[in-house]
Amino acid sequence: MSAHHEESFWSKYVFSTDHKVIAKQYMITGLFMALAGGAAAGAIRAQLAAVEPGGTGGLLDPQFYNSVVTLHGTIMVFWVAMPVLVAGFGNLLIPLMVGAEDMAFPRLNMASYWVFFASTVVLLLSMLVPGGGAAGGWTSYPPLSADPAYSGVNWGITLWILAVALEFIAFLMGGVNFITTAINMRAPGMSMWDLPIFVWEELAASVVFMLSVGPLIAGALMLLADHQFGTHFFDPKMGGDPVLFQHLFWFFGHPEVYVILFPAFGIAAEIITSHSRKTLYGYRMVVWSIIATSLLSFIVWAHHQFVAGIDPRLATPFSITTILISVPVAVSMFSFIATLYGGSIRFTSAMLFAIGFFACFLLGGVTGIINGAAAADIYIHDSYYVVAHFHYTLYPLVFMAGSAGIYHWYPKMFGRHLDERLGKVHFWGTMVFFNLVFLPQFNLGMMGHHRRIAVPTEFDFLSTPTALLMQDISSWAMAGLLLVQVPFIYNFFASMARGEKAAANPWRATTLEWACPSPPPHGNFAEPPVCFRGPYVYSPPDRQADFVPQDQPPEGDYQLPQNPIVAPSAAK
Amino acid sequence: MVDSSTIQVYRTSTGLPTGRVAMWWFLASEVAIFGGLIMSFIMCRVAHPEWSEYAEYTVNAAGAFNTIVLLTSSLSAVLAHAAAARREYARAANLLWATVGGGLVFLCVKAYEYSHEIHEGFTPVTNLFWGFYFFMTGLHGLHVIIGMSALAYVATKVRHGKLVEGVEYAGMYWHLVDIIWIFLFPLLYLAS
Repeated sequence: MSAHHEESFWSKYVFSTDHKVIAKQYMITGLFMALAGGAAAGAIRAQLAAVEPGGTGGLLDPQFYNSVVTLHGTIMVFWVAMPVLVAGFGNLLIPLMVGAEDMAFPRLNMASYWVFFASTVVLLLSMLVPGGGAAGGWTSYPPLSADPAYSGVNWGITLWILAVALEFIAFLMGGVNFITTAINMRAPGMSMWDLPIFVWEELAASVVFMLSVGPLIAGALMLLADHQFGTHFFDPKMGGDPVLFQHLFWFFGHPEVYVILFPAFGIAAEIITSHSRKTLYGYRMVVWSIIATSLLSFIVWAHHQFVAGIDPRLATPFSITTILISVPVAVSMFSFIATLYGGSIRFTSAMLFAIGFFACFLLGGVTGIINGAAAADIYIHDSYYVVAHFHYTLYPLVFMAGSAGIYHWYPKMFGRHLDERLGKVHFWGTMVFFNLVFLPQFNLGMMGHHRRIAVPTEFDFLSTPTALLMQDISSWAMAGLLLVQVPFIYNFFASMARGEKAAANPWRATTLEWACPSPPPHGNFAEPPVCFRGPYVYSPPDRQADFVPQDQPPEGDYQLPQNPIVAPSAAK
Repeated sequence: MVDSSTIQVYRTSTGLPTGRVAMWWFLASEVAIFGGLIMSFIMCRVAHPEWSEYAEYTVNAAGAFNTIVLLTSSLSAVLAHAAAARREYARAANLLWATVGGGLVFLCVKAYEYSHEIHEGFTPVTNLFWGFYFFMTGLHGLHVIIGMSALAYVATKVRHGKLVEGVEYAGMYWHLVDIIWIFLFPLLYLAS
């Protein structure tokens, strides 16, 4: 039901309560921050390519290098992965997929974005204060982060904590909205088992985020108190416990990995079904695997601390849970691969990115099992092996699944298609250069390359010709990886005006977001949709049709599903 | 400006009011904050038996009095909810103000305790125990203030029959504040 009222520029595009506008705001802020994070990554690789054997050379002051590494990690996790995958796609798709007019709390949704925007400004400003930006790594372990004597940073870390805290508040507000919308705003006839997998994944991501971030909020406030008021929670000299912060951080930090993983899997599930014309293989098994992953994600965190001085008796239980969590994740992966089997696959840019995501993420997942075993971790902990591992998980999750989602839902967002030829250049360039950047880093890690040193050639074993060659391959490939994003950025902005016009359902998909126009008006649906069946009815054996949308009435006589739903009303 | 373009949505797939569903999830995230904090304190407390000496200096009588005050104020919040359900809005508003008054008494007693302890030379920077004591009670006090503000806001509205469902939600928040104190009191005062 579209709203008939005058809207000013400010209320339509800036302080909008429309979930689709907020989704675009989150997504574009996230993509802008990806440029900043990518620039930081380029600076890191440039430094590591410029060092000379014997510990000389390099472009950056080591103190500044630490800031750049910290900024890169912080931005990519909190200001790119979260806003693009969780908030961007979640805001865009949850109300559309459940057939709602908007989020459950539209104004809370708007507040969420603007708190997030404030956090972005604070983070960027933190680089400009005297002493420079935070330099304790994205994990900000004390005493490095608690005592300016160690990191040389005072105001930078305070602003960093403030920015992260604001960001958490923004996503807590978003999380309440996502959960309530997914469970209480469903169209008549849509049971929880009729929800598209993407909505399940966002629901799980929101629940896991909301239940895991609390201890880190407490920990961040304690760190702030240590910093500004002179308490000693994490200062070992005064009886504090630095490992306590690690527990508080990773109790959130590891579930956070799954908070990012869930929406990416959801995006992939929607794309592989509609672009291979196949029903999702084992819908219920995928849902149960999401629930199992969510539960297990709360009891794996100490695998980050095997060498931090925790009780060695804790190592084995946490190794077991860590390796165990790969089982439900593998169930999802196998379901997705089985969905492709025998399908009529269309290699669109979205589909290529989804399949590329599976291929690369698989390597990240498998190397994670090696890290998760305490005995192996003692050797490779804090090395470039770990760096390569988590980039093999996060890069495919954020940038491959994220790109897949953008190619797939861009028509819904802007009413126009992205250019497919540029999309294929983007995909193949990304695929080749991404692997060239990070494959050599596994070897560098096994050679003993530590994560966060500015001049690795201080060590003889990293000054060998082989090691230097691998550094160079990785750095040149990084330049290539940044370069192949240019056609994407051009495509993204140019297609808004010049792209091919999109129909309401260009991919011939079944879920409800394709039942409304492209782009949907404020209020989304002309008629509130009614749901008659589960998602993913593609190529049904008993019908002529290639696909049956969720809102298409069944043939013959039927009864309208009755839900306790009050008729929605447009704005006052 | 904003209101004119906000789509109003009234629906419920589960049959539960959406505000209640949201409130439960919000409270769950609050529980996670204090849960992490309380677990951290317990782990440190077990590792430091000498903290029992510091706990001797907390004023048990004041803490016990405050426990009674908070529990009683929760009772009036429940009675306000019942009154609102019977559409006795003026009575509900008065009962909510009684709850706010309970919060005010709690804060005054807490302020007396803080000044007493600081006078004795125990400040947040003295050692880890006092750091935890001031941090946990301070964060709880902040929640008391937020809860009082929410209750007062709802009280002014419900008197005119508006925001009636807010009585329930502000009351739920107040019970959370109450329950957190039930954990903090024995941990920080009594376990000596």
